[in-house]
Amino acid sequence: MHSTTSEPEPNGVALPPTASRALKIAVVGGFGVGKTTLVRSVSEIRPLDTEETMTRAGGGVDDLAGVEDKRSTTVAFDFGRITLDATSVLYLFGAPGQERFWFLWDRLFTGSLGAVVLVDTRRIEHSWYAIDRLEQQGTPFVVAHNDFGVEHDLEDVRAALDLDAGVPLIRCDARERASAKQVLITLVQHVQALVAASAPTQRSAT
Amino acid sequence: MTRSHRDESPDRLHVITGGRSRGADDALDAVTLVVAESAPAPGMQSEHAAILRLCRTPTAVVEVAAHLRLPVTVVRILLTDLIDTGQVTARHPAPAPSQSHPFASPDVLEKVLVALHNL
Repeated sequence: MHSTTSEPEPNGVALPPTASRALKIAVVGGFGVGKTTLVRSVSEIRPLDTEETMTRAGGGVDDLAGVEDKRSTTVAFDFGRITLDATSVLYLFGAPGQERFWFLWDRLFTGSLGAVVLVDTRRIEHSWYAIDRLEQQGTPFVVAHNDFGVEHDLEDVRAALDLDAGVPLIRCDARERASAKQVLITLVQHVQALVAASAPTQRSAT
Repeated sequence: MTRSHRDESPDRLHVITGGRSRGADDALDAVTLVVAESAPAPGMQSEHAAILRLCRTPTAVVEVAAHLRLPVTVVRILLTDLIDTGQVTARHPAPAPSQSHPFASPDVLEKVLVALHNL
């Protein structure tokens, strides 16, 4: 794992030469809730991590000058990917969901197909802001309760989150590929349902 | 895990970008796929050369950042240099969901669903 050279070391599979379209799904949640675990369970590459550096104050979010002063914030996030076919690839981003990290979301995840909010009943308050923000942005999302093997009543979880009845809430074990896969399928099906519901008013542009 | 750039002084990042803090192509999204159009040339800045080696096949901007262990912000500036000189081309994501059109197209959604089922 440790390299003595500075050469980049791609891991796993390279994308096909014909790859031209990348899609995004964001996985948001508090620290330790299992975001990386969920990404790892379905990713074709070992999840990679990187970081974004931004200034907190003012509008210059892309201003690297911020690196030089104390107002800058560095946020690490990780990601994995799933190659869909010869032209398309889906990236899964795991990012902290608390309010103070939200600028990262705005910057990186604009244009996401949708989001998964991963909740942990021990720290349910870490999800409130993410849910509010997604609702406000109109980004489609589902909530997955990573239960670490301990089942809670999902209706209790829904009540604690004050979650709209229209938002799917499912149980998952982020360590299990089948379970993580089901979370993503639930999200895509939810988006499909929203598309169908909005069909009469939506333009047919793709 | 080794996180070399985490401990790095801002000075080095400053040097890598030639002191620039702006100038990155705004169209470069985190998942824009970039492809090298030429091989590294002798004397080239090492980060530029590393990008060209890495991007022999399409690679997303975030993957470049992760492999180079540099912040995405810095990588976007470096990639913009290479795009400006024609050494890298960018394959921009198809119209992505936005506030006015919040949903991906039905075709795309179906494709994703099929691929997920086949995982």
